[in-house]
Amino acid sequence: MQPMLSIQNLTKTYAGGNCALSDVNLDVAKGEILALLGPNGAGKTTMISIICGIVTATSGKVLVGGYDNVRDYRQARSLIGLVPQELTTDAFETPWDNLSFSRGLFGLPSNPALVEKVLKDLSLWDKKDSRIMTLSGGMKRRLLIAKALVHEPKVLFLDEPTAGVDVELRQDMWRLVKEMQEQGVTVVLTTHYIEEAEAIADRVGIINAGKLVLVEDKTALMANMGQKQLQIDLKAPLNSLPDSLQALGFSLQKKGWQLLLKYQGNDKQVEVGAMLAAVYAAGIEVADIHTAQSSLEEIFIELLQEGS
Amino acid sequence: MNWRAIWAIYKFEMARTRRTITQSIVSPVISTCLYFVVFGGAIGSRIQQVDGIEYGAFIVPGLIMLSIMTQSLSNGSFGIYFPKFSGTIYEILSAPISFWEATIGYVGAAASKSMLIGLIILFTAGFFVPLQIAHPLWMVTFLLLTCITFSLFGFLIGIWADGFEKLQLIPLLVVTPLVFLGGAFYSIDMLSETWQTITLFNPVVYLISGFRWSFYEISDVGVGLSLFMVMVFLGICLGLVGYIFKTGYRIKQ
Repeated sequence: MQPMLSIQNLTKTYAGGNCALSDVNLDVAKGEILALLGPNGAGKTTMISIICGIVTATSGKVLVGGYDNVRDYRQARSLIGLVPQELTTDAFETPWDNLSFSRGLFGLPSNPALVEKVLKDLSLWDKKDSRIMTLSGGMKRRLLIAKALVHEPKVLFLDEPTAGVDVELRQDMWRLVKEMQEQGVTVVLTTHYIEEAEAIADRVGIINAGKLVLVEDKTALMANMGQKQLQIDLKAPLNSLPDSLQALGFSLQKKGWQLLLKYQGNDKQVEVGAMLAAVYAAGIEVADIHTAQSSLEEIFIELLQEGS
Repeated sequence: MNWRAIWAIYKFEMARTRRTITQSIVSPVISTCLYFVVFGGAIGSRIQQVDGIEYGAFIVPGLIMLSIMTQSLSNGSFGIYFPKFSGTIYEILSAPISFWEATIGYVGAAASKSMLIGLIILFTAGFFVPLQIAHPLWMVTFLLLTCITFSLFGFLIGIWADGFEKLQLIPLLVVTPLVFLGGAFYSIDMLSETWQTITLFNPVVYLISGFRWSFYEISDVGVGLSLFMVMVFLGICLGLVGYIFKTGYRIKQ
């Protein structure tokens, strides 16, 4: 099936010589949520800006819904909704007028019912006639999202949508993104918050120094690269580790009070039940058991360290 | 052509005029009326007629030109500069519209505002001085072309400017002196021969002359030449907009 978004050999070198993107290739399927992770200056915003037509690529190609974003820019851009990173809103207009303006820019007829729905969905209805400059930061962020949604996009770009917002708004946005996905909208979001990607993304792309280091299914990524731990607290400390447990990879921790087994998430040879059985077979009494899995954040840091 | 987008930009800009009606409309009209009072009423009565026209009436076309040129520049430049400054330009750049369509929206609104100011001043002038308009159609044509051309010029300044100071630089240091020295308050026949020759290098002379001709059928230069010069200036501005469209100069990185 044709991807909703296809990026081919995309490169961007700014006038000052800074290479912000280097030969990036990426396909995003319809209805998929892709999270782009990367440190500041990695090239995330440049990539989104090129796709949306704000920045000109040095070389490469972008197809949105099969339309070239340069040659067929009208068709390509009409499919896109963009929520920028900065709170770039007008000041003296009202949310109602601002949303109507956004719809008009996309060549769509006025639709008061839809504008009302979007404002209500984003809890801005009671502020519809207020000047935008009087809105709080969170409300302005919601307004930017409303502006991106009011022309009914098929691909939504959220450039760090939850930067500087409170927990409640963050949860609201995650819910909204999921709803958009249910409606078949493709969502690409950039974020610094690993837990955001962990919570809502289907796939995770990691970008660093203009290069797309990795793009992988989130669950597979965590399984393949994430490390698991089995911690077994003992009723009595051990002076030394039995050979049978050493052979399985256990180590002795906390002055003999804990057995620790570290293994890769995708290592199918390690079964917790079998490991416990081996502990009991060694005549060791167990007080408590914990299992832990490395977070996407730890994987992210590890990948960046590998890359550098 | 994305007419809805053009209309959206036009409405957005005109809404700003409505919100700031004192600054946008009332202020320039009052300023120009003060010229009528001072030059037409107080000083004008002591000045001889110019080319057979009472001085107060003679300066009306020049004052209208002065006002619409400065207002067009201001409206045209601010319209595009402010989204650049605030960052909301992203919405224009990422919308399915061409740069020409955006230009029509912004410049159309800027020119409409100036046209409105020009017509109000013209109407108000009738209360202070005896007015006649020999060629109303040509008067409107010159007014419209000047509003469009200078709004377009202002639009270019707004794109070029990377600070509020630069936004004012050309209007204050180049255009206003050219307008004052372009025959707004006098006929260039009143100057010495050398200065007459120098003045002919001032493009504003042609605009004011043509516009004044449409009122009183008197002109410093031929009306055909005036029209030609307006079209040349308009062509240069359109060419520069085309260049920006192609290169993304100061708009796209």
